[in-house]
Amino acid sequence: MNDSAAAELRERIGEIYRADSRRVLATLIRLLGDFDLAEEALHDAFAAALERWPRDGLPANPRAWLISAGRFKAVDRLRRRSRFETARAAIAGQMAELEGPRIDRDFDETGEAAGQTDDRLRLIFTCCHPALSPDARIALTLREVCGLTTEEIARAFLVPVPTLAQRIVRARAKIRDAKIPYEIPTRTDFAERLDGVLHVVYLVFNEGYAASSGDSLTRSDLSEEAIRLGRLLVELLPDAEALGLLALMLLHDSRRGARSSASGDIVLLEEQDRSLWDGERIAEGRALVERALRSRRFGPFALQAAIAAVHAEAPAAADTDWAQIVGLYDVLLRTDPSPVVELNRAVAVAMRDGAGAGLAIIDAIIERGELAGYQHLHAAQADLLRRCGRSEEAAAAYERALALAAQEPERRFLERRLRELREG
Amino acid sequence: MKYLCLIYDDETIWTSMPGDQMEAVMSEYFAFTSDIQKNGQYLDGNALQPTHTATTVRVRNGKLSTTDGPFAETKEQLGGYYLIEAKDLNEAIQIAGRIPSVRYGSVEIRPIQEFEETQ
Repeated sequence: MNDSAAAELRERIGEIYRADSRRVLATLIRLLGDFDLAEEALHDAFAAALERWPRDGLPANPRAWLISAGRFKAVDRLRRRSRFETARAAIAGQMAELEGPRIDRDFDETGEAAGQTDDRLRLIFTCCHPALSPDARIALTLREVCGLTTEEIARAFLVPVPTLAQRIVRARAKIRDAKIPYEIPTRTDFAERLDGVLHVVYLVFNEGYAASSGDSLTRSDLSEEAIRLGRLLVELLPDAEALGLLALMLLHDSRRGARSSASGDIVLLEEQDRSLWDGERIAEGRALVERALRSRRFGPFALQAAIAAVHAEAPAAADTDWAQIVGLYDVLLRTDPSPVVELNRAVAVAMRDGAGAGLAIIDAIIERGELAGYQHLHAAQADLLRRCGRSEEAAAAYERALALAAQEPERRFLERRLRELREG
Repeated sequence: MKYLCLIYDDETIWTSMPGDQMEAVMSEYFAFTSDIQKNGQYLDGNALQPTHTATTVRVRNGKLSTTDGPFAETKEQLGGYYLIEAKDLNEAIQIAGRIPSVRYGSVEIRPIQEFEETQ
């Protein structure tokens, strides 16, 4: 093979790594039964590909080749390890199993690895297992399923690299030592476990979406990763709530370019330049919402996506169909009651029936003693009081919100509102 | 794989529970135990006497000291345990979730450390 062909092949290997390394890893974890060993095997397999493919040419099925090579290298490693350590029965057993004639059974006639889809789902469900801490689920999912490096995840979550590395090491150790199985949950707890997975994905999305200034570049990548994860879930498992979550993320993300000004200040939905919204994302999100709602097995994610879709459909803020939004909140409140949903519904009611009607609902929430530490409750109350012309009470509510606001752009927004109010 | 299920609950609820309710819980326990025995998942299990019977022992500088009471004063106390055999953590969670006390207190699942013997 001449030099340019070899260079082209190396480039092709890079592409295969980006597209397929997570699938290969997912299958290797199943075959090897160990995350660390599988990761080493994955790197060994790609190192072998870089050495062999430029010489021998691209194999007919690169993914199958990589899985075989990875497994072979792992057996090699275990053999070497057992030579250095005391020969342990466990390793001998593991090797006997690995060396068995199973390779052929893992691939069907088309050369596709059988159960590869299942392997990716196994990986997702294992990384999001409820026996792991919520932080660990997120870190592990980004690391194993998305292939982000420990450094990238640490930077995105603003935690020191050693802290994040430790989190991943501990999670992998718990999977191994407490024997969290590498499997797709059974029918009895499937819905609950899927819900857990969707929440991990949504947390990743929000972590990226909430950051609207400063280091927002690295953080917005998290939203991109979450959308990619959402697409993967929809591809593997087109459940109504998976469709709903992807739709919700796409519809929120479509406003990314409009939700903050050039100086990093927050621009509210009603003041956003809607020509900046990403029409492609909106169209995709809307189609997914329709699919989810048609299935009739939809839940909170699909309903929230439907609400976002109604906003997206309005050419201008004044054209928003608030009656429909209130109706969707009514359904959401029945399926997934929470004071936050109630608060959002109050804002929609205020838009449909006037600020006073919304305020009454917020007052009822406050009277029950709920959401007292929730910044958005006070900000929403302040806004409605302002619209009712109750400036002094509005200022007090803005002060309460400000005391709770942690993010710089949010503080600036609230301070601006407070100033406007005082200047009358 | 072996798991120890440590049952923690507020032991005072047992003394204040009316007799017929107590009997109902006990028969639930018997039914649960015999069920996991039948499935081959039961290895061992016991209820413990309340913490006022507990004694904590330490040896420091070669000197043995004993103190009255449990190792830690907590809102929920260790009140019993099951040692079970399960194929993985998911199965252990399923089994632990059926221990009657999970409805009042909590069950901590701890995998048993297996020490491999060198050949």
